[in-house]
Amino acid sequence: MKRITEITGRALPMRGNDIDTDRIIPARFLTAITFDGLEKHVFEDDRKSAGGPYNRHPFDVSSFQGAAVLLVNSNFGCGSSREHAPQALQRWGIQVVIGESFAEIFFGNSGMIGMPCATASPEDVAALMDLAEREPATQFAVDLGAGTCRAGGLTVKVSLPPKVLEAFATGAWDTTGMLLDRFDDVRDTAKRLPYASAAIG
Amino acid sequence: MGDTLLKKVWDLHTVRQLPTGQTQLFIGLHLVHEVTSPQAFDTLRANGWKVPFTDRTFATVDHIVPTKERGRPFLDVMAEDMMTSLERNVRDFGIRFVGLGDIRQGIVHVIGPELGLTQPGMTIACGDSHTSTHGAFGSVAFGIGTSQVRDVLASQCLALDPLKVRRIRVTGTLPKGVYAKDVILEIIQRLGVQGGNGFAYEYAGDAVDRMSMDERMTICNMSIEGGARVGYVNPDQTTIDYVRGRPFAPAAGDFDRLAAWWKSMASDANARYDDDVEIKAAELTPVVTWGVNPGQSIGVDDKIPAPAGASDPKAITDALNYMGLTPGQPIEGMKVDVAFIGSCTNSRLSDLREAARIVKGRHVAKHVQGLVVPGSATVAKAAEDEGLADVFREAGFEWRGAGCSMCLGMNPDKLVGNQVCASSSNRNFKGRQGSPTGRTLLMSPAMVAAAAVAGEVTDVRELLK
Repeated sequence: MKRITEITGRALPMRGNDIDTDRIIPARFLTAITFDGLEKHVFEDDRKSAGGPYNRHPFDVSSFQGAAVLLVNSNFGCGSSREHAPQALQRWGIQVVIGESFAEIFFGNSGMIGMPCATASPEDVAALMDLAEREPATQFAVDLGAGTCRAGGLTVKVSLPPKVLEAFATGAWDTTGMLLDRFDDVRDTAKRLPYASAAIG
Repeated sequence: MGDTLLKKVWDLHTVRQLPTGQTQLFIGLHLVHEVTSPQAFDTLRANGWKVPFTDRTFATVDHIVPTKERGRPFLDVMAEDMMTSLERNVRDFGIRFVGLGDIRQGIVHVIGPELGLTQPGMTIACGDSHTSTHGAFGSVAFGIGTSQVRDVLASQCLALDPLKVRRIRVTGTLPKGVYAKDVILEIIQRLGVQGGNGFAYEYAGDAVDRMSMDERMTICNMSIEGGARVGYVNPDQTTIDYVRGRPFAPAAGDFDRLAAWWKSMASDANARYDDDVEIKAAELTPVVTWGVNPGQSIGVDDKIPAPAGASDPKAITDALNYMGLTPGQPIEGMKVDVAFIGSCTNSRLSDLREAARIVKGRHVAKHVQGLVVPGSATVAKAAEDEGLADVFREAGFEWRGAGCSMCLGMNPDKLVGNQVCASSSNRNFKGRQGSPTGRTLLMSPAMVAAAAVAGEVTDVRELLK
């Protein structure tokens, strides 16, 4: 798979803690057998409620269009396990998410599709968000290997768990091949289970 | 030092350590439904992969099914498309499937246990975050996304990072009118919606020991709402008695051997926990959510909180605005438009019995639409046979067919405008019940029944006197 180490682009600040995946992509858009077109509905219902510094939803602010870096606060992506949420963001153009913390399933789903979720301190996230809102044209350079995000005069520390970082660096973030790699071991594990006989006939 | 159930199950199912540092974990049971699987099956097709363990895979349909007009083709073309896609996928890949019209169909987290597919000591995965429900049996059950559904279909394995374990002991006796739902809502309120990130929750204590499997499922179901992907209860005699004799339970000749093994998988008395919390059951009251996440709740006697002094005042203000509430106002007496009894949290026979007990001889308030949606066709039949369906109908509720219904707005059952719904489901997120401005108040099925007849949030303990 593709190696993912450096991402550069403008940033979109999406403020608020505990932003759930129902908000990112409402359930009615899951009634489809592909992920195609999900980007058109990212935060769809949320966008109808005006707010924020521009009195507009960040995803509707013209200067944030085309952003590659999504800035979020804590527990982003909580709730439903729908991979449609990171799929919608990625298809919209987001390549990396930087936040204070992420919900576990969202973090994993994003990694599986090659959209790293890196953490930064609350102070650094606030500084990055302020900068993106003040000067939306600023280029944010995220270097996952170096563990930095450079933007304007700022350099802040961003981090991924070491092994996740390695997976992105080596392109091993696509797991199926790895899981099929030693399939005899899988069959052996299945056979030694005390409940091996409890199969669905 | 002993081990937790999590560690025992994890070690047993470990295939190997992956180069990424993750564990390759074998999955003993993969439950599949129509929403999170089509793209995964497409990837299998594109790569020429098969499903090697069809004997550990089971599919049903629940999220998109209408609960009223269930004839095919569905009126919603997209839903019909999903249905035919699943039917084709299970046929092409040789997966056991129970569809509409089959007595075994229902919400995946209701039918897994009901059919005896869910068993202690197993690893279980499903493309749905409420898979934690199955942990009630002492299994380790993960909610996963579509790429991981692909992984499990193709390899019967997941690449996972280890979890810490927080034991939550519920001690003492629950007061009358306080249920398993109130316990889990209270846990989420106290520990927060992020509190369980990186943890599995082990629910223990004498109150949990005395709970039925239905009650344990309600608690484990909402682990994810507290941030914990996995929640479980150690298997005991209650678990064994529940599983015995079910269609996919171990055969009689093998049952005792497995039952002994199940018990041996329970956490050791001297197991080490990463964290330990105690909840005193006697202090609990019926809980109602007032906000836009499951942690924003209060006791039915309490008043709506104010942003000032809260750890995240903006979140409180935002929730108050969305819900149309004012700090200091009581939650009791808040008018409701819809009463929904259903979902993978609270749609089992014992939930319906308790709700029916409240509504019997009473009637749904004139301005309220009442919906009862059994979790499975089997639950529906049992409820009809023992007269519960009639109790609900006579009280003015609509009695529907099994499915996820109004929990999530993926089928015709949706709120309209900014309706307020007293709901026995699991999420009160903005727009969750299908209307972008709809408002959800989470509570126990008995509290929903009480709200339905009163037309407003009301204390079920008064109706039980």
